[in-house]
Amino acid sequence: MGLESDSLSGGFHDPVFQGQAVFRLVMDAMARPGTLQTVTDDTGAPSPLGIAAGAIALTLLDHDTPVWLSVRLQKSALPGWLSFHTGAPPAPEKAEARFAFIEAGAPLPSFGLFSAGTQEYPDRSVTLIIEIASFEGTTPLKLTGPGIAGGRIVHPSGLPDGFLRQWAENHVLFPRGVDVVLTAGDRFLCLPRTTRISAGAL
Amino acid sequence: MSDLAAYNFAYLDEQTKRMIRRAILKAIAIPGYQVPFASREMPMPYGWGTGGVQVTAAIIGPADVLKVIDQGADDTTNAVSIRAFFAKVANVAVTTHTDEATIIQTRHRIPEKVLKEGQVLVYQVPIPEPLRYLEPRETETRTMHALSEYGLMHVKLYEDIAINGHIATTYAYPVKVAGRYVMDPSPIPKFDNPKMHMSEALQLFGAGREKRIYAVPPFTEVVSLDFEDHPFEVQTFDKPCALCGAENVYLDEVILDDRGGRMFVCSDTDHCEERRACGCVGELGVKEAAE
Amino acid sequence: MYVAVKGGETAIANAHRLLADRRRGDRSLPAVSSEQVIEQLALAVDRVMAEASLYDRDLAALAFRQARGDMIEAIFLLRAYRTTLPRFGVSSPIDTGAMLIERRVSATYKDLPGGQLLGPTFDYTHRLLDPTLLEDGPVEEGAERTETPEAVMRVSEILAQEGLIEGDGTLGEDEGGGDLTREPMEFPMSRDLRLQALARGDEGFLLALGYSTQRGYGRTHPFTGEIRIGEVEIEIDAPELGYAVSLGEIRVTECQMVNQFKGSAKVPPQFTRGYGLVFGQSERKAMSMSLVDRALRAREFGEDIVAPAQDEEFVLSHCDNVQATGFVEHLKLPHYVDFQAELGLVRRMRAEFEAARTASESSDRKEAAE
Repeated sequence: MGLESDSLSGGFHDPVFQGQAVFRLVMDAMARPGTLQTVTDDTGAPSPLGIAAGAIALTLLDHDTPVWLSVRLQKSALPGWLSFHTGAPPAPEKAEARFAFIEAGAPLPSFGLFSAGTQEYPDRSVTLIIEIASFEGTTPLKLTGPGIAGGRIVHPSGLPDGFLRQWAENHVLFPRGVDVVLTAGDRFLCLPRTTRISAGAL
Repeated sequence: MSDLAAYNFAYLDEQTKRMIRRAILKAIAIPGYQVPFASREMPMPYGWGTGGVQVTAAIIGPADVLKVIDQGADDTTNAVSIRAFFAKVANVAVTTHTDEATIIQTRHRIPEKVLKEGQVLVYQVPIPEPLRYLEPRETETRTMHALSEYGLMHVKLYEDIAINGHIATTYAYPVKVAGRYVMDPSPIPKFDNPKMHMSEALQLFGAGREKRIYAVPPFTEVVSLDFEDHPFEVQTFDKPCALCGAENVYLDEVILDDRGGRMFVCSDTDHCEERRACGCVGELGVKEAAE
Repeated sequence: MYVAVKGGETAIANAHRLLADRRRGDRSLPAVSSEQVIEQLALAVDRVMAEASLYDRDLAALAFRQARGDMIEAIFLLRAYRTTLPRFGVSSPIDTGAMLIERRVSATYKDLPGGQLLGPTFDYTHRLLDPTLLEDGPVEEGAERTETPEAVMRVSEILAQEGLIEGDGTLGEDEGGGDLTREPMEFPMSRDLRLQALARGDEGFLLALGYSTQRGYGRTHPFTGEIRIGEVEIEIDAPELGYAVSLGEIRVTECQMVNQFKGSAKVPPQFTRGYGLVFGQSERKAMSMSLVDRALRAREFGEDIVAPAQDEEFVLSHCDNVQATGFVEHLKLPHYVDFQAELGLVRRMRAEFEAARTASESSDRKEAAE
């Protein structure tokens, strides 16, 4: 009973306009990597999926986008909720996923197991939505690349182990590669594959 | 048949918008790469901006202010028609003022006024493939992009120089984006190419008939292809705009009579009107106050 | 002083008003009704449905009237409407073997089970203008068959009994569900998508290409195994009921072309096939389609690709008349910004040419004087 009502509750009360509003946040965040965006509406996504991650799922997922979930998300009410609200089929293998959601604290799977697209079709790659603790950490990271004038400093806290190493390896694959959205509660930022991350201040 | 005219906000159904939105995000993540998308049949002909219209329809919301230009002008018939389409199906605010617009859909020009953060420029694109006229096959050009094999393009430009003494491409002049993909900037005059480089605005390109979407994020390098001994240069005009006196803008040639009389006026009508409203006058213009 | 041309909105409104006026024509004549178009201009309605890939006679007739009889414009109108319709599901493959046949001809056998049935064909009419049509005189009813119609065996099945023709083939798991109106084109293209593109393709374009294969540009040695026109049932699987539900009947034209045989060390020679299937009654289109389908299978059969009709990317990228007319006609939209760019370059090159000539002439004179 609990599972079922969790699956059916929430969602966008106005899919047309909320979907558009969230998409514009994502589009701006992807165009300006590292800029923090805040989702204002809670879509009631089952825990442990965050508010921002839930809104992004409702905005971008549908029947055409196989989705992969990390273990705790897989065991939560999320699969039913996603299925009911978006129709997105579960991806049997990581390599088949168009989107993948990873909850806070979960071990980061190897990016190499997901699709990075092909040299001819680099767009056929996954977008990873990774929940972290917050964007108010103490270690500054510097982002550079398209979409960023000079450099942009971010302070993500609770990045999964090995994220920075995998990100550097991802960059080498260009134009292939995965794209990442980091979420923390109702906030998020985007890291398209073009973004370089280095330690330190500007 | 009574429900024939019931269309969704911004005409496209939500599933189509999601498909286009996902394509836009990947396009932004791979600057200059043409993302194939399942372009829909729009209620206006292919060639009239169906790609741009689909991109605009996928991103536009009630808070947006839309400007539509064709040849730089807000009052060309197709610009009027597309603006009216969105005013009708999306009920959004429209403007002719470049700085008031959040989304500017364009055919063949980039506005003279420098675009700002928060603005999106949506280009209508007829042939998105910069290599198409050198190699008509999609299967071949896709491999060339995959391998970054752009020698053919340089050969073509160099042949121009050998034959004509100049690079004979004056519009849709190819650019390299973020050091990787060679991209067709749509048929804008090469005069506008430098405006793409490190622009604060997000630039999205939609080709409906050819089913491609591509993008240049803000603050991204856009370099027009050239040679050391033949550096890229933009068009210059001998005279300023005859109406507002503007220099360093792109001008339209207007034929005044059948005896060779002609004048040159701003192609960007909003820019010209704004200048005239501020009292700028060209040699054939009149002071606004006098009207 | 000069005043820039303004008033695009008024101009457009006036153009639309005049268009409506011309569409209606002489008001003293009764307006043509959709029912009249459906009944009396049925083949025009069929072509609109076929190339719009939407089977709806009422809407096709409306589009035809709205387009003032311009076929491509009518096809465009219906397609733009089709694109807004939701997809409820995919029907089971239609069974043309079970077709309720109105016409069926084979060029490969003198007689065969089910017989040759001419049906409502222009084939043996003498093309003499008929003045009696100027009067709305009485028209005889068509002659009706007395026997109950039965399923008529397809010629491909007759040939298959001896293994003389390639089989229908089996659909792979990932095949058959393609829809190029919902996915971007990608080459090489699977045959289901190719056939969809051809079924929507422009009749005139396919006719010309099919004709070119007959004249040697990708010859396929075709025999019309069979053409059949009639009604077939559309069924959709209803998993909750456990059986297929009928949605109704549609009229289609099917053409199976029997082509040059193919064999190998492992497989004895057998005839190959080209396939055409079109909404409504359109034999010319179905035949052209089957010729082009067979030509496009050149790679599959290891044939040299030397002719336009065999070139998949060329044929499929250009067979859509709504796309073609859009891009050709868009040339009438303003291009003065780009033209100005070309004007500037040509003027500059001419000036440089003149300067060079003057310079060389003056140096010639100088030399002559020295």
